[in-house]
Amino acid sequence: MAKIALELKNITKTFGAKVIANKDVNLTVYQGEILSILGENGSGKTTLMNMIAGIYFPDEGQISVNGEEAVIASPKDAFSYGIGMIHQHFKLVDVFTAAENIVLGVNDGKYNLNKSKEKIKEICSKYGFSLDLDKKIYTMSVSEKQTVEIIKVLYRGADILILDEPTAVLTPQETSKLFDILRNMRNHGKSIIIITHKLNEVMEISDRVAVLRKGESVGVVNTADVDPHKLTELMVGDKVELNINRTTPKNVSDRLVIKGVTCYNREGVKLLDDVTFTAKAGEILGVAGIAGSGQRELLESIAGLQKLQSGEIIYHNPKTGKSENLRDKTPMQIRNLGVRLSFVPEDRLGMGLVGNMDIIDNMMLRSYRRGKGMFLRRKKPKNLATEIVERLQVVTPSVNTPVRRLSGGNVQKVLVGREIASSPTVLMVAYPVRGLDINSSYTIFNLLNEQKEKGAAVIFVGEDLDALLELSDRIMVIGSGRITGTVDARSATKEEIGLLMTKSTKEGGEDNE
Amino acid sequence: MIIAFICRAILLGVPLLFGSVGEIITEKSGHLNLGIPGVMYVGGISGVIGSFLYENACGNDIANMNPFLAVCIPLLCSIIGSVLMGLIYSFFTVTLRANQNVTGLALTTFGIGLGNFFGGSLIKLVDSEMPSIALTKTSSFFTTKLPFADSLGFVGELLFSHDFLTYVAIIIAVAATIVLKRTRVGLNLRSVGENPATADAAGINVSSYKYLATMIGSAVAGLGGLQYVFAYANGVWSNNAFGDRGWMAIALVIFALWNPSLAIAGSFLFGALCNANNYIQGLGTETQELFKMLPYIVTIIVLVFTSMRKKREHQPPESLGLSYFREDR
Amino acid sequence: MSEKTKAKHHHEPLFRIVKRDDLPWWQAWLIRIAAIVTAVLLVGVISTLLTKGSLGEIYQTMIKGVFGKLFEGGSTTMLWKFLQETAILLCLSLAVTPAFKMKFWNCGAEGQALMGGLASMICMIELGDKLPYPVLLLVIFLTSMLSGAVWGVIPAIFKANYNTNETLFTLMMNYVATQIIKYYVYIEGGGSNTIQPVAEGNLPVIAGNRYLLNVIIVAVLAVALFIYQKYSKQGYEITVVGESQNTARYVGINVKKVIIRTMLLSGAICGIAGMLLVAGTDHSINTNTVGGQGFTAIMVSWLGQFNPFIMVLMSALVVFLRMGTGKVADTCSLNASFADIAVGIVILFVVGCEFFIRYSVKFKHNKKEVK
Repeated sequence: MAKIALELKNITKTFGAKVIANKDVNLTVYQGEILSILGENGSGKTTLMNMIAGIYFPDEGQISVNGEEAVIASPKDAFSYGIGMIHQHFKLVDVFTAAENIVLGVNDGKYNLNKSKEKIKEICSKYGFSLDLDKKIYTMSVSEKQTVEIIKVLYRGADILILDEPTAVLTPQETSKLFDILRNMRNHGKSIIIITHKLNEVMEISDRVAVLRKGESVGVVNTADVDPHKLTELMVGDKVELNINRTTPKNVSDRLVIKGVTCYNREGVKLLDDVTFTAKAGEILGVAGIAGSGQRELLESIAGLQKLQSGEIIYHNPKTGKSENLRDKTPMQIRNLGVRLSFVPEDRLGMGLVGNMDIIDNMMLRSYRRGKGMFLRRKKPKNLATEIVERLQVVTPSVNTPVRRLSGGNVQKVLVGREIASSPTVLMVAYPVRGLDINSSYTIFNLLNEQKEKGAAVIFVGEDLDALLELSDRIMVIGSGRITGTVDARSATKEEIGLLMTKSTKEGGEDNE
Repeated sequence: MIIAFICRAILLGVPLLFGSVGEIITEKSGHLNLGIPGVMYVGGISGVIGSFLYENACGNDIANMNPFLAVCIPLLCSIIGSVLMGLIYSFFTVTLRANQNVTGLALTTFGIGLGNFFGGSLIKLVDSEMPSIALTKTSSFFTTKLPFADSLGFVGELLFSHDFLTYVAIIIAVAATIVLKRTRVGLNLRSVGENPATADAAGINVSSYKYLATMIGSAVAGLGGLQYVFAYANGVWSNNAFGDRGWMAIALVIFALWNPSLAIAGSFLFGALCNANNYIQGLGTETQELFKMLPYIVTIIVLVFTSMRKKREHQPPESLGLSYFREDR
Repeated sequence: MSEKTKAKHHHEPLFRIVKRDDLPWWQAWLIRIAAIVTAVLLVGVISTLLTKGSLGEIYQTMIKGVFGKLFEGGSTTMLWKFLQETAILLCLSLAVTPAFKMKFWNCGAEGQALMGGLASMICMIELGDKLPYPVLLLVIFLTSMLSGAVWGVIPAIFKANYNTNETLFTLMMNYVATQIIKYYVYIEGGGSNTIQPVAEGNLPVIAGNRYLLNVIIVAVLAVALFIYQKYSKQGYEITVVGESQNTARYVGINVKKVIIRTMLLSGAICGIAGMLLVAGTDHSINTNTVGGQGFTAIMVSWLGQFNPFIMVLMSALVVFLRMGTGKVADTCSLNASFADIAVGIVILFVVGCEFFIRYSVKFKHNKKEVK
């Protein structure tokens, strides 16, 4: 076997007192290999890699590079050991050219951009990159930006490259181009670690796979010896019983019919691709998928916050029996149509609530326009705040405390409490229990069930497959902005959903399975 | 007459050039220093104090004065004064992360106060009849023309007849452009102003770049005050005479699209606009006042135009006005 | 993220700065008051060094400079001057506050007030003898507000639509306004640089005091603005837009509309300040009518945490320092600009002390300290 490039021994990292991100992780990376790190969201992949790249420092354990013990306390230290990481969020200066970004912060003798460009071109031709070095970052596609990040790391002389979800933002063509380059780099003796969810890509590119589950390493296998089903089993583990009380849906009827919804972001990247589904009254529709697959855009489209290129959002009003198309309507117009739509966004303090306002004023966000005249009426919001604090057991000094002072669980109770207070006919929640402790999570789950029983159509975007399977009636899986399948939550298995989630969309996916 | 007009425009433009190049250097590090008008006052008065002390030490006799010292002492004093102002600004905005607008405005109040305070005190000290202090001897050293300027006719007058600080201003502007565009220091500085988190991750010391850029920028801007006193006003300091040139220098930054070389042309254009009223035949005084609006209106048009076009190179540095705190990421 | 542990063998920085938001409000105010006291002491010490008087004498002179002979004979002349100046500064500070609360940096109070004053002046001169007095007053009031509002809304329209930098835009608008005033003064003054005080269209003198009405108007404005910001729906929208435009859109607030509406209000109040100066005080206008207070107002508003009642105290503090140190300068034959230096120092101290409210400095070995 080849020489060992990097070795992790018993690495443990905790955040605060409770959250254990990594526990006793051992990992060996050889020279000239591609190693995949596979795991669900929140399984500790990125934290582990950040410790190698010098973003975090491990609480316990030892990292060795090329057989020597290494202390990596900053990204600069990591570079001195020949380790470079390409993060999901690129760290580039938008108005600089590719070349300027690549040489930024490197002190290699006299500053001479033309000479540096020669060196960069050598790297490009060695590994097969094609890049216009004088192109400004802000005019670049995501794939070009990623290329700049990779070259940036190589320019600093890295021998061990870590890529965090490199294909999440790429088209299949760009992905296969990237893989060619990665193979090329491996053949030149570099060690490459890719963090990924996508099984077909793991199978295609990597020599070995390390699987993480809940912060612990559950196995390292040679890719040649396994198949996707075996990997999924390793990744998701056994089903955990959560004991959420799920009732059979009653009086089910179509509430929200989404047809062919497509939208793009400002750079022209497709975020939602022909999304079609129906949310039914009296039912919880779970939405599963890798983070950033279009979940946010989907919910924001329905809430009137996202401009659509095409498609329809039809709402069936249970009171009047009329149907309305909500597309291209502002949140105000939607409310004025009598649609009682509630939305618990992912970004609680940046969107759902105002951190510097107290609980009462946050209650008013939805209702402050009520009543005649130009003045606010704080009486009802105050009663609502008191009621929510009591009923949901929000831990707060008083209802006059700014919400940013509350803990994550209590913030979420305030937000969900407000959103269900208007007895919604459609309730959308995005990652409602992220960062919450068990008790708060159950409070939230029970609230969702309650709304379902009251006849609301609940759309629940989640990341924990166990919770999705226990709570939802149906689960819809979204991947790269497309619906990859919908399953019955009572009979589906985690493996089934895992495969749908990691199924690469469009051309590439089916072929590889 | 055209030659005289152009020369006058240049003379009027040079303080603005110093001010705006100084402000550009500061803004490139992500700090909008609204204290520049105050800094320019301090730059001027520090030079005046230095020159005053030197003239007195020489018994107010030009024969005793060493040309080199007569120029260098005010120059050095001016730089020290402005750098201290820059230091105050950066301590508050970089280290204490105070609001940049409020700090800048307070510094302008403080700086103009300092300028007028010392100016007024000196005027009282010499017991002059006029509300001003005249340091014409020092000024004569500042405004010494190149010896061959007169022999070259209008070319000489146009290109070589100016005071030496005019050439310094142009050299600094060109040098600043080169440093910003072609050196590693410039690249690092620009990255700090655009995206401090990226610069930090690349191992660049964000705080020291911010400090240095602000202090060097202040030193350059302060020279504008010095040039105004010793070249434009022939060594005569009177309180508030410098007026709102500092604000105009800040306006010029926008006009020049954060490019020091463009500021050269811009400052001369502003000088011309400020001065055009005197050279256009048949203008009443009232219309002249309207003409003086032109630099500001042109600046507003440029500001609006660049924000509408959204060409990224012409926008202010992306993190302008924001404090950087590493753990905010 | 915020956790960044350093290696054991690595040199640990001597201290690190940590953000905090758990400081009780009274501790925050204690820090601010300490900063003001320190700054006022520093001003006093500088004064003693310059004048060779004792600290006690300096403060005595300052108090005398502000309150005049109030304590020896009960003359209220200086006191009223103090109240008048505080009122004008407060009025301008109130004007910029709603804009600041929305995170719109209106640095154009100077120009907006000048334009308001100009409108008053034009009405006084042109309509003074043509309209009945009450109608004239109403016209003056409305045109001044309108004029200030127009000057304020121009940058707002561009900000709302193209995100044009409002700090620089409003700054430039000040100088355009100054030149318009110069032009007007030249025409009206018949070539001189002054307009003789106009007798028509002056605000009424009530209870025999020429400043009383100004003070009352501003006091009413302060209360009204407090109520507007705290209890009105529009004030609530301003807060939400200022805190997070994302949240504002989420709840269906039209962000553009709020920006434009708020700047109309901000400019209109500046217009009132201009009217108080022209129709209520000077009965004339020149480029120095507002006298740079539009900039001081920005600082007062910031120091007052956008709360009109705290701003009353802050404007009083600034005017107290300005008049007090002015008197010190006068009696000790220092230059009058000493007052600007003093005001600058105090504002820098108060701005700087916010650091100790928002951050705490943690030293090695987990020792926690405030300063």
